[in-house]
Amino acid sequence: MRGRQAITYAVTIVLIYAFWYLLSLIMGSNILPDPFHVFLRGFKEIATSSFWLHVQASILRIFAGLFFAFILAVPAGLVLGSNQKLDRLFSPLIYLGYPIPKIVLMPIVFVLFGIGDIGKIVLLTMIIFFQLLITTRDSARKISTEIIYSLKSLGATRLDFYIHVVWPVSLPGIFTSLRIGTGTAVAVLFFIESIATNRGLGFYIIDSWGRADYATMFVGIIALSLIGIVLYEIFDLLERKFCKWKNQ
Amino acid sequence: MATYHKFLGVEGLGKTFFTEKESKIVLEGVTFELPFRDSLALVGPSGCGKTTLILAIAGLLKSTEGSIFFEDKTVTGPNRKIALVLQEYGLFPWKTVAANITLGAKLQRINVSDKKIDAIKKELDIEGLDHLYPTQLSGGQRQRVALARALLLNPLLLLLDEPFAAIDTVTREKLQNELLAAFIQRQFSFIVVTHSIEEAVFLGQRIIVLSNGRPSVKAIIDNPNMGHMDYRNQPAFFELTTELRKILEETP
Ligand SMILES: Nc1ncnc2c1ncn2[C@@H]1O[C@H](COP(=O)(O)OP(=O)(O)OP(=O)(O)O)[C@@H](O)[C@H]1O
Ligand SMILES: [Mg+2]
Repeated sequence: MRGRQAITYAVTIVLIYAFWYLLSLIMGSNILPDPFHVFLRGFKEIATSSFWLHVQASILRIFAGLFFAFILAVPAGLVLGSNQKLDRLFSPLIYLGYPIPKIVLMPIVFVLFGIGDIGKIVLLTMIIFFQLLITTRDSARKISTEIIYSLKSLGATRLDFYIHVVWPVSLPGIFTSLRIGTGTAVAVLFFIESIATNRGLGFYIIDSWGRADYATMFVGIIALSLIGIVLYEIFDLLERKFCKWKNQ
Repeated sequence: MATYHKFLGVEGLGKTFFTEKESKIVLEGVTFELPFRDSLALVGPSGCGKTTLILAIAGLLKSTEGSIFFEDKTVTGPNRKIALVLQEYGLFPWKTVAANITLGAKLQRINVSDKKIDAIKKELDIEGLDHLYPTQLSGGQRQRVALARALLLNPLLLLLDEPFAAIDTVTREKLQNELLAAFIQRQFSFIVVTHSIEEAVFLGQRIIVLSNGRPSVKAIIDNPNMGHMDYRNQPAFFELTTELRKILEETP
């Protein structure tokens, strides 16, 4: 990890820890357990296999959601952004579909795809899909005719055009929307795992909450947050690696 | 060496752009020939259709009238023997200098030896820039890279649209010298679009003045003394620049 960011993270963690500790003193540790207590519980939890089953279930869902959204939205966005006719055809649909909060479609999705993993993954995919589609399409749209002329005169085919121009031009935007998408996805994940399942960190949090086991609940919250942070960092790292030209 | 009845022939070329509301005639009745290993400078006021003409010759833009012949064949699309260098955006910002230079060869699946690549880099003074990105280069370096990429493909016809426009005078003249040197050493023809009278006279064996009037070609000037590095200091150079300036001042 890059030095300055590591320091930022460290400082943030220390501040949260201090704030949390103070708050738990004020509110009383049966409502808000002090952080040290939570960490002890965390160590105990990560030694159990059931904890890891929950983590695994959550990671699987979020990865599947990201993966399917990616393989559906990115090619579609690249094509729409570089093909005016198709773009004109589909943009009303996207225009209407984008602002709908996909989470309200949950009942429909669950009816269609079942309430199990498939339904949950479909919902996650839908939520990341639109964001990713629009960013990809918009960055592909920005390609100048000069670039296209240049490439064509070098003897490029349509496929070369996607490989050498549309894809690299859109990549920074794709990573940005993946990063934003993870934030939303984690929130949605929590929500959909709190119903009709007994696997996943969302369930784990809600379940410990119901049992008034606040220390365990916080372990779940931290674990879910960590998944979000790690995913964010992965996309950040990939962007730095593959979009070097942007950061010069 | 192959001989052509017509290496490049532009005959009665016309281009009208149709937009939603109106149609706009940009080029009309453009006729000229360019023999192999000759050079041509294209000058004229902004908006008279120089870029349009270059793109049509490159096979990137369809004309609405007349035709273009390259090596005795009608131009219908991009041709591997025709290379294009644009003023801006010619390089791909997301590719390193090394990748930019070899992109054309890669797309055309031509194997180019490292020796040849190194020779071209040396010739154009762009050694040691391989891993940089275009935004990290100066304007002059960028155009050298674009030129290297085009020359690496051994084009028979090189089309340059205001290639040195955004570059300071000294560097610009150096680049003109390098282009001239490459032209003398290698075997290709080129057409250069320019707004600079001196550049047109230094680089064009013939100079075509395009105008916004009809027909589009206002004048075709022969420039038999072109082709020497010290041409800029010769009286003939001054005479021709003066003549060209006068024609341009009268061109609508
Ligand atoms: N795709 C297009 N659609 C409609 N009009 C166009 C299009 N491309 C160019 N034109 C018009 O054609 C005319 C000639 O454009 P062109 O770019 O060839 O001029 P130019 O001589 O290269 O000018 P400059 O010296 O400023 O580069 C301009 O009036 C321009 O607005
Ligand atoms: Mg132009």
